[in-house]
Amino acid sequence: MQKIATRDAYGKTLVELGKKFDNLVVLDADLSKSTKTALFKEAYPNRFFNVGIAEQNLICAAAGLSLGGKVPFASTFAMFASGRGFEQIRNSVCYPRLNVKIAVTHAGITVGEDGASHQANEDVACMRAIPNMSVLVPADAVETEQIVEAAYHYDGPVYIRLGRLAVPVIYDESYKFQWGRASRLKEGRDASIIAIGLMVSKAIEAAELLAEEGIKVSVYNMSTVKPLDVQAIEEAAENGCIVTAEEHVLIGGLGSAVAEVLGERCPVPLERVGLKDTFGESGKPDELLKKYGLTAGDIAAAVIRAMDRKHPCKHRT
Amino acid sequence: MELQEKQDLAKVANTIRQEIVKMIGQAGSGHPGGSLSGADILTVLYFKRLRIDPTNPMDPGRDRFVLSKGHAAPLLYATLAEKGFFSKDKLATLRKLNSDLQGHPDMKALPGVEMSTGSLGQGMAVAGGIALAGKMDNARYRVYALVGDGEVQEGLVWEAAMLAAHYKLDNFTVILDHNGLQIDGRIEEVMNPEPIADKWRAFGWNVLEIDGHDLEQIDQALEAAAMHQGQPTIIVARTVKGRGVSFMENIADWHGKASSMEETEKALTELRSLL
Repeated sequence: MQKIATRDAYGKTLVELGKKFDNLVVLDADLSKSTKTALFKEAYPNRFFNVGIAEQNLICAAAGLSLGGKVPFASTFAMFASGRGFEQIRNSVCYPRLNVKIAVTHAGITVGEDGASHQANEDVACMRAIPNMSVLVPADAVETEQIVEAAYHYDGPVYIRLGRLAVPVIYDESYKFQWGRASRLKEGRDASIIAIGLMVSKAIEAAELLAEEGIKVSVYNMSTVKPLDVQAIEEAAENGCIVTAEEHVLIGGLGSAVAEVLGERCPVPLERVGLKDTFGESGKPDELLKKYGLTAGDIAAAVIRAMDRKHPCKHRT
Repeated sequence: MELQEKQDLAKVANTIRQEIVKMIGQAGSGHPGGSLSGADILTVLYFKRLRIDPTNPMDPGRDRFVLSKGHAAPLLYATLAEKGFFSKDKLATLRKLNSDLQGHPDMKALPGVEMSTGSLGQGMAVAGGIALAGKMDNARYRVYALVGDGEVQEGLVWEAAMLAAHYKLDNFTVILDHNGLQIDGRIEEVMNPEPIADKWRAFGWNVLEIDGHDLEQIDQALEAAAMHQGQPTIIVARTVKGRGVSFMENIADWHGKASSMEETEKALTELRSLL
């Protein structure tokens, strides 16, 4: 299966969109080679602004450009936009509901060797808590292209979470991303897996492992973490149990968002795969995914646990 | 500046000060000190310099003013109402539930408010972004921001200062309301930002130093800033916190404290006597 990093798809998409839309501008904070905005810089140097290592100003300058009629895409690592720039995003972008796109790369532990200081595992929680913000997490290159274009056309703040690691391309060109709608990639009646980002391809793998055991699961890609597709969660819950999978801490991310819906609307057993209230560390991406319990096997095991809990009185070990 | 014009502007500034005192007294909370210190600056901006039309507040060609020291919201509200952006009746609703006059400016609520501000440093940085857009478009509009002297303690101010100099934003003018006081006391004692003018020079800005209560000096500095090419300009305006109300002048406590009914009356009497 072909693998492409979502950040690569992002850089290429910016160049394509730049051709069509004169008011699209791009800002970066000295990481343009890593975030791939350098491709846009090369194509449209007059519409690219490097603000230097200054993430607070990255966000505020983007806010100002939007007030001046531009559609700015501001990029840096997820850590520094959502962390360093949090308050600027909250007060200068989301509160006045400005048309600013914050497209971040190097999210999650698959940043790898750079270690915990550069691994944003809390950003989805922080961003989805802010009123007026949309939070989008593409699963592959094809979806990234569509999400970036959809974000351009959407009038309001958007946070797009991208990765460093090359990930399997799971969609073909027939795929149509819809704002606020999850997409179902597999259908089964024993359990449902809801995943985001690179965990979507892991979820597909898990479904294949489980199929070998005769267990049939549905797999959903909840790329629009906010607005959340509540209807899809209700549909997923019809299978009687749900597993969520995300490259993010279990506090406040996709698992929490799904738990909120289940708790209020249709309680069924839920198992969450993600980082367990911990920081990451240096290592190869695949080593880290294994150590922190983010493999297809971990998802499959969570499905078994969730299915086991479908019978509330059954003794659990 | 003609004598008549100067007298007219002084009258406007006095009216704005009275409205500030009234609004904050009625609201029971707010920031009188730094609102009063900036009144002469905003008067010259809004009644002489800014190319704005209250009947067409979203005109793409308009000059933009961002109140980076957003806690001086009463100053902005009183000025906008005086200029005719909205009815003066609204001023009595400051800080009350369901009011368009939020404790700090909300651009979505009120015409004429260019940016929602209040968290220090951000307004100036956003204003720099607007100036950048103006440069891209070769637009004729100018961008102004009023920044507090305590506010320059924010690191973001210097990030934004670097950007404006780097991109040669000569369509951008910052006015520093240099009243020397912040909530916890004298700026030099809390965290000394001096020498302020030298710092801005070192950051590549054109620096002008004036008396921020001298209407003529304010006007001339704004004119000089508009003529200056290749660099953004900062006008370091020396001001008196609480200016115009004797018992508030130069007292840090009046940064964020409302006057009692009696104090409000006393302040209004003083201001009226200056006319």
